[in-house]
Amino acid sequence: MIIEKPKIKVENLDLYYGSFQALKKVTISIEEKKITSIIGPSGCGKSTLLRVFNRMNDLVEGIRIEGLVEIDGENIYAKDTNMVALRKKVGMVFQRPNPFPLSIYDNVIYGPRVHGERNRKKLDEIVEKSLRAVLLFDELKDKLDRSALSLSLESQQRLCISRLLAVQPDVILLDEPCSALDPMATLKIEELLQVLKNDYTILIVTHNMQQAARASDNTFYMLLGEMIEYGPTEQVFTNPKDKRTEDYITGRFG
Amino acid sequence: MINEGIRATFDQELKELSDQVMAMGITVMEMIKKSMNAFNKSDEKLAQEVIKLDDRVDKYNQDIETKCVQLLATQQPMAKDLRIIASTMRIISDIERMGDYMVDVTKFARRLMGKPKLASAGDVPKMAELVEKMLQETLDAISKKDLELITKVVEDDENVDAALRNMFDTAMLEIEKRPLSAREAIYQLFMARYLERVADHITNVCERVYYMETGELKELHV
Ligand SMILES: Nc1ncnc2c1ncn2[C@@H]1O[C@H](COP(=O)(O)OP(=O)(O)OP(=O)(O)O)[C@@H](O)[C@H]1O
Ligand SMILES: [Mg+2]
Repeated sequence: MIIEKPKIKVENLDLYYGSFQALKKVTISIEEKKITSIIGPSGCGKSTLLRVFNRMNDLVEGIRIEGLVEIDGENIYAKDTNMVALRKKVGMVFQRPNPFPLSIYDNVIYGPRVHGERNRKKLDEIVEKSLRAVLLFDELKDKLDRSALSLSLESQQRLCISRLLAVQPDVILLDEPCSALDPMATLKIEELLQVLKNDYTILIVTHNMQQAARASDNTFYMLLGEMIEYGPTEQVFTNPKDKRTEDYITGRFG
Repeated sequence: MINEGIRATFDQELKELSDQVMAMGITVMEMIKKSMNAFNKSDEKLAQEVIKLDDRVDKYNQDIETKCVQLLATQQPMAKDLRIIASTMRIISDIERMGDYMVDVTKFARRLMGKPKLASAGDVPKMAELVEKMLQETLDAISKKDLELITKVVEDDENVDAALRNMFDTAMLEIEKRPLSAREAIYQLFMARYLERVADHITNVCERVYYMETGELKELHV
């Protein structure tokens, strides 16, 4: 698939955990302000690939990465990469909502505070804006001092997303963000993503084919660390080009 | 690992769906045959049977559609599975229309019963034979997933169109020469016209089969 101005560009990416090669010559361009879903059987390397984009894998012992990964045309694996700026630019949301055991307010301003913001009025603004973006503000505006852990799982996941938005990222990575949520909450998060994609580039890993089909613009199918197929979501789900994609999405492999 | 039979139940249901579509198509073929026999032999009883068969076609239509909706709701089909079910829903509505047209053909055959045959009377069964063959080949193509055969059937539609044009000219001449048999000539022409419509619906089915197999929606009819 040809993408005019990719937000993220990956070329010939090889990733090794020690002697095990988890990603093999992955080449993919991610479209800006679109939702890209990454699908594939367990262990195929989806989370590994996602973590490449904010260099979360760096902490893993024995890891080795070869190939090119660019965001906005900049090689994020260059020696002089500013890691703080990268993590700010590329935020991640996990399977289980993981709010800090702090108040709702303090969760949202956690990032900005770490980045040095102290102005109370500014922080208030950030909280309002970030919670509005995830459609939580009206519900929570009078309860901002309550513990984040008192929220429903769905609201916790929204809060985690707003915590990301507070540091003004460009790219949002979501690793099975709905797997702990019930179907209604799942749909609501998907709706939220549709709103967020106006401003952010979103990558979502999911095991839920219906979710990938419903919620994403482009779909990337991986198998054993390799890219098998990448294309517009409606094409991948109605007329996949590769037999292996067909077998996977129709539930005949996996 | 390929998990053989991981969707065995669903595969079985898709197979049954396809069998039902075949049975529905075969029923229309039977309607064509019976209708022409009724016409050739002026057999009122056979004509009645054709009209009865249409009820069976309608029943298939309902049953298959219900099944499709149920599979969509319960299996969340993707890719080819999805194309099979979506196409099946279109295919059965085309076959259902064929049944309706065969009822129309038969009704005109009935009106002609007991009237002297025109010189051109043999043209209608000849055309019907062509249409029946197209339908037979379409059903074969579905079960063998044979795209070449699909293309051939679509090409055959031209012959049906040409036959209709010829029959139109013949009817005009007949009417000019023997105005008293104008009624019979027009009835016959209606039969041909409806048969031609059946062939059009067969080509629609062909396009759906092509889509089912390739994922490409294409006007095969030129
Ligand atoms: N820290 C690690 N050290 C060694 N191997 C790892 C490590 N993390 C992942 N792997 C291996 O790399 C491969 C890809 O793992 P990854 O977690 O990216 O898969 P995944 O597609 O996200 O799977 P799942 O759908 O189960 O989350 C797997 O074989 C896994 O065992
Ligand atoms: Mg994972």
